[in-house]
Amino acid sequence: MSKLYTFLKYFFITFWTVFVVAPFLWAVSTSFKDFQSVNSKVTYIPWLDFEPTLEGWRVLIKSPAKGGVDIVEPYFNSIFVTCTASLISIVLGTLAAYALSRFTFKAGFVRNNDITFFFISQRIMPPIVLSIPFFIFLSTIGLLDSLLGLVVVYIVLLMPIAVWIMVDFFNRVPKELDETALIDGCNPYQAFYKVVLPNSIPGLIVAGMFCIIFGWIDFFFAFILTFTEVQLLPVKVVALNSSITPWWSLSASALVSVAPLIIVAFIVERYLSKGNLSGALK
Amino acid sequence: MNLIGEKISYKPDEQFHLNDVSFNFKKGNLYTILGRTLSGKTTLLKTIAGLLNPDQGSISFEEKDFIKIPVWERNVAMVYQQFINYPHLNVYENITFPLEQRKLSPEQIKKDVDEALKTVGLVGFENRKIQELSGGQQQRVALARSLAKKAKILLLDEPLVNLDYKLREQLREEFKRIFSEGLSQDTILIYSTTDPQEVMELNGEVIVLDEGRVLQKGPAKEIFENPSNLKVAEISNDPPMNVLKGSKNSKNLNFENISLEIPNHFKNLEDKDYNFGIRASEIKLDENGEEFEIELAEISGSETLLHLKRGNSKIIALIEEVMNFKIHEKVKINFNANKFYAFGEDEKLVSSPYGGTNG
Repeated sequence: MSKLYTFLKYFFITFWTVFVVAPFLWAVSTSFKDFQSVNSKVTYIPWLDFEPTLEGWRVLIKSPAKGGVDIVEPYFNSIFVTCTASLISIVLGTLAAYALSRFTFKAGFVRNNDITFFFISQRIMPPIVLSIPFFIFLSTIGLLDSLLGLVVVYIVLLMPIAVWIMVDFFNRVPKELDETALIDGCNPYQAFYKVVLPNSIPGLIVAGMFCIIFGWIDFFFAFILTFTEVQLLPVKVVALNSSITPWWSLSASALVSVAPLIIVAFIVERYLSKGNLSGALK
Repeated sequence: MNLIGEKISYKPDEQFHLNDVSFNFKKGNLYTILGRTLSGKTTLLKTIAGLLNPDQGSISFEEKDFIKIPVWERNVAMVYQQFINYPHLNVYENITFPLEQRKLSPEQIKKDVDEALKTVGLVGFENRKIQELSGGQQQRVALARSLAKKAKILLLDEPLVNLDYKLREQLREEFKRIFSEGLSQDTILIYSTTDPQEVMELNGEVIVLDEGRVLQKGPAKEIFENPSNLKVAEISNDPPMNVLKGSKNSKNLNFENISLEIPNHFKNLEDKDYNFGIRASEIKLDENGEEFEIELAEISGSETLLHLKRGNSKIIALIEEVMNFKIHEKVKINFNANKFYAFGEDEKLVSSPYGGTNG
């Protein structure tokens, strides 16, 4: 029984690892191939199967004038938009979530839960529904095809995630903790940033991670709301695919695109295992 | 200079959490609030702390209107029944937190914290993380933080309820010492609990709360000896005082086809129907006694609690030894008639063995 269990356990772990890692390895391998190595026959291993070349990578940083595609600028655009929007979403979202978790709001028939649902409903709607209003909105205020416009739209997309995660997180922090801070001489703002916030780091990290992921991978709005002035990475990567598909540079750009997320995942994993509230509060 | 509450009511939903509560707490005294779960104890303490604002009524302290002063300026201290400490700070930082908030000098802070740590017996634990401490130790940290503040009003909300039996006993003993040594003469200490034994041991002034209403106020001894009504008698005894519906005539006390000789303190009692009260500890096993059926036998420590039934009456007897009984077995018991209470049909105390009312 236990032998079978061990066998199955390792079998599935191996299977899953191969399933997840193989495409990456495939992409790594492909990024060093040239036209010949991709199209003649199936090849796997550099130097044995095919002669590796850096052409696929070089194209990414060459300017279009020299026949390249230059993803450097879209790359930094993406970093800027994702980070700015995530940061603002986390700050505003955390404040909103704290208020929703701790205070009671009443306006007509609207209660705390309705407000929380309003935030989440922004994510329930299919993006296509939002695209036209966003387009008109941005063109009216003159922010179409600009970084600032994208930041504004991304805040709308990311803040619900931050609010959602943080409301849930704050609900699990006992309100007696804030009350103790008040009794110990903190005004409500001090209680928030001296006591509640330092104990919310795991929640903030999770929320931040989701904001960064959803911001980074968004293609739809980046595609609809930008044209020539500003381009974000996902749009640029997809645009590589023209009359002939340059598998080598496509693979290379896919690898550079996921790199930041992999780094984020490693950092977050460290933090998540370090910080937790268990045992501190009963 | 006292902490005075007048006609405080708090009704956030359909039910009163506090209903017309008044009090007058004097400095240097210990007050215990006795009541069951959800009787309004925590609400009352939170109202004093300023975490809740009553719908009606006033609270004044040192001749100032307390309700207008926000929590963080009231200088009260509170220990919760949950062990609430700041998880991101170590033991020492937890205790200094309120002192730093008040911008005391570092020397003063060090002195106060060391003193508090000594009082609660946590010297040497300064650099520990809160998560590494046991429940009892966590509660000591919370208490140390409250003591170090030297607040004029110290609120303890069922501080022992989440601890296991042994620790509770131990900490309760220590509380008595801490309260006599660690507190200055102008501190008002308010301690809430569900446990009558704690109330008796702390031996302060007692307020009995039920459904947000004050049922009785007085010294612990007075509450124990002369509970003003049936409800108080139930709340202030553990197990609750037994109630037997019966009557008195010129010769006997009668209930459930049992006749007892009239005890001395009932001699002047009018002949009519009463609710008789008798503590579980005043019922003894007796071969020549009255027959009851066992519904449940619980062993608690070195005692056995017998849940007994006869006719429509259910009572609990406390036997001071560990005995094994079978359920539905019949036992014979005897009542100590000299310890009978008589409550009227309106549930108010009519006569107590300790001389309450007309006895």
